Amino acid sequence: MVLQFTDRGIYCPAGDFHIDPWKPVPRALITHGHADHARPGHGAYLATRTAAPVIRHRLGDIPLDTITYGEARRIGDAQVSFHPAGHVPGSAQIRVEIGGEIWVASGDYKTVDDGLSEPFEPVRCHAFITESTFGLPIYNWPDQAVLAADINGWWAENAAAGRTSVLGVYSLGKAQRVLRLLDPSLGPILTHGAVEATNRVIRGQGLALPDTIQVTPDLDAKAHSGAMVLAPPSALGSAWMRRFGAVSTGFASGWMRLRGVRRRRAADRGFVISDHADWDGLNSAIRATGADRIFVTHGYTAQFSRWLTTQGYDAGIVETDYGGETLDEVTEDDPA
Amino acid sequence: MNRFAALFTALDQTTKTSVKTAALAAYFRDAPDDDKLWTIALLSGRRPRRTVTTTKLREWAAEVAGIPLWLFEECYPVVGDLSETIALVLPPATRQSAHSLSHWITSLRALDKAEDAEKKAAILSAWDQLPPTERFVFNKLITGGWRMGVSQKLMTRALSQATGIDEPDLTHRLMGDWSPETTSFHTLVERPDPDASLSRPYPFYLAYQIDGAPEDLGPVTDWLAERKWDGIRGQFILREGQHFLWSRGEDLMTDRFPELAQLADFLPDGTVLDAEVLAFANEKPLSFARLQPRIGRKTVPKKLLAEAPVILMAYDLLEWEGTDIRARPLSERRALLEGLIAGLPGRVPLRLSEAVPASSWPDLTAARAASREIGAEGLMLKRLSAPYLAGRKKGDWWKWKVDPLTIDAVMIYAQAGSGRRATLYTDFTFAVWKGETLVPFAKAYSGLTDAEFREITNWVRKNTKERFGPVRSVAPEHVFEIAFEGIQASPRHKSGVALRFPRMLRWRRDKPAKEANTFEDLQQMLAQYG
Ligand SMILES: [Zn+2]
Ligand SMILES: [Zn+2]
Repeated sequence: MVLQFTDRGIYCPAGDFHIDPWKPVPRALITHGHADHARPGHGAYLATRTAAPVIRHRLGDIPLDTITYGEARRIGDAQVSFHPAGHVPGSAQIRVEIGGEIWVASGDYKTVDDGLSEPFEPVRCHAFITESTFGLPIYNWPDQAVLAADINGWWAENAAAGRTSVLGVYSLGKAQRVLRLLDPSLGPILTHGAVEATNRVIRGQGLALPDTIQVTPDLDAKAHSGAMVLAPPSALGSAWMRRFGAVSTGFASGWMRLRGVRRRRAADRGFVISDHADWDGLNSAIRATGADRIFVTHGYTAQFSRWLTTQGYDAGIVETDYGGETLDEVTEDDPA
Repeated sequence: MNRFAALFTALDQTTKTSVKTAALAAYFRDAPDDDKLWTIALLSGRRPRRTVTTTKLREWAAEVAGIPLWLFEECYPVVGDLSETIALVLPPATRQSAHSLSHWITSLRALDKAEDAEKKAAILSAWDQLPPTERFVFNKLITGGWRMGVSQKLMTRALSQATGIDEPDLTHRLMGDWSPETTSFHTLVERPDPDASLSRPYPFYLAYQIDGAPEDLGPVTDWLAERKWDGIRGQFILREGQHFLWSRGEDLMTDRFPELAQLADFLPDGTVLDAEVLAFANEKPLSFARLQPRIGRKTVPKKLLAEAPVILMAYDLLEWEGTDIRARPLSERRALLEGLIAGLPGRVPLRLSEAVPASSWPDLTAARAASREIGAEGLMLKRLSAPYLAGRKKGDWWKWKVDPLTIDAVMIYAQAGSGRRATLYTDFTFAVWKGETLVPFAKAYSGLTDAEFREITNWVRKNTKERFGPVRSVAPEHVFEIAFEGIQASPRHKSGVALRFPRMLRWRRDKPAKEANTFEDLQQMLAQYG
């Protein structure tokens, strides 16, 4: 086996390294900066150059080495390279080759170009490790243009009625993606401190985002009537929101595809935006790898691997500690 | 159907009653009459006759989506709603249409006698020309049972705002046995036909559970205390020699209880009673379980009639000598009711729900504590000076139910919820000890806070022993206090008992699993209360 599945994470015996391990290991290759993939405590880290700033921002001063997309590197007896996963800026699929056998661990990915992350690139391989967060045919995402029109329409309607729009978004990835969809001509864009901290990191690496104003204790929120506020989901409905007066709340997540979940969130509006692949995305990505063996990690593993089996793949389930896109534990470190 | 789908979306996107009422009133102001009538029908639980089976809908949807049926079936519990599941798996529509709500309902009704192939062609064609929300609405029209989060009360208020007709008056007009197929908006709402009102019931008055100490209600002499009987609340109508029996859910139950027909010989015309249908023998109520087999069937076999004879336990008199007397005080209505029932022969299946005598609140507290022994659910408190109101109102009527029975049980299986709880483990199976083994005896899915459900969900994920489809067996570690309203012997259940309304009262974090209750404890409860 090129890669093995252990209780610490995905392990490569030939190169003696782990990919996205959830327990401390001597050497970790990290697909991206979300908390369930990039954890503290490893002896050495390797990630893409564009993922590094966020990982440092979150994990502090760690022994982190970087690599560019497509760059080949030898680790022990393994040939390793990183390829864009389209999930968040800097996210990668990790390709591992040993004696001509190629495996790819994809971490989290999406196939739609969000205009911010390096777009997903299919990598030919023999075995492909895939997530299945949205691995059921009920999950298909609307076009970005439709989404942008929906969100901006909601914002304009609120602004006209004198309400502030407060949209719950995870601070890494989703927040910046939504920022790029917003029409700044509709009004000022305010950000929660947690969102703005990640914005700074992203801007620092040269990615353009519209102007934002961070909400601080001495900011007169009422002076920015009709604003759009981006905040982590945990801030929705909290005391922090009181400063805005009349608000309409929204929540952006792939789970908003389900009416029941939209209603449970008790936000006024739900927008279907995910940084994970939808059903069609998962299937087309897998097809494009040309792989015969598929390992299904977090998500609807049982259903998705059974489906892949009926499609002629040699598919199996792998238990991991990855969180997918969670809805219930809305802490700041949540993966999106 | 665009307008109706927009109404649905507006209602669905808010939890604020005022916003819902405004959206609905706006719709009632400018939708076409036929659409308005159907909307009222749908929101009051009247649905078009089902002309396509859900089995066929599932098959066709899976086929159009290009997925195997098992995968469709896996999606259904995640979504929690069949109509929505279908709408979500279908590929985008390729055409557009501008047909009205009533057009689609009419076209569905026309499929009644059609062959399967014709039905399939019609449904697939509809799916292919409806945008997502309208598709969902269309599926709901087929599968039925859909109130869009709007109570009858809210709908009536919106209609009242749009038409200028009084709310109580409208409530009465919309009750009873009407269907959009046999009436029009004009006849039903704007100019009701007096003949149609023969069977029309009055809106039921519903009580809230008392929330403070009963002493706060003032002098006990202001109140009538009655037993809260455990049967089916009903309204018995006798007008022009015809009788009707309505359930609280506005189901006409007349034919299910043929023994009540003889009441027409003993009561005067123009009588309407608020009462409880009770299984009853030897001057004692039988348990609700005895009544249950009679609820589901339209006609009653002789054997069942003998096994579970019913009577009407009368609470109140709403119409007397053809006159609506709901506005008169309860004390006067009760006096008239007592007069009607006094002196009837014992074989007549009608009893007066006797007042529970009391000279102080402690008297009633004691009477309530004895409820279970006589087969009642507790007490009802009704203010003697109050009129008979419509709907659930606070102030003059209170339920004062007995505390539920409880037992401490160990959680052994967990299953994800559906719909709005699809991402949480919320449906649990509980067991009690029989020696060293755990015997499952109840399922419950309510009673915990969202935070507790999240906590237990995380625990379930980490402590799963085995998976059986959507069900996970978990380590037997957590004890919950299970509350329930009643217990019955049931050969269909492994434990030999069936509980009524089981729910989780408390998470007993203080109790180790070993200290949960036992099978013997359960047997004892069955012997005492079964
Ligand atoms: Zn991620
Ligand atoms: Zn992840």
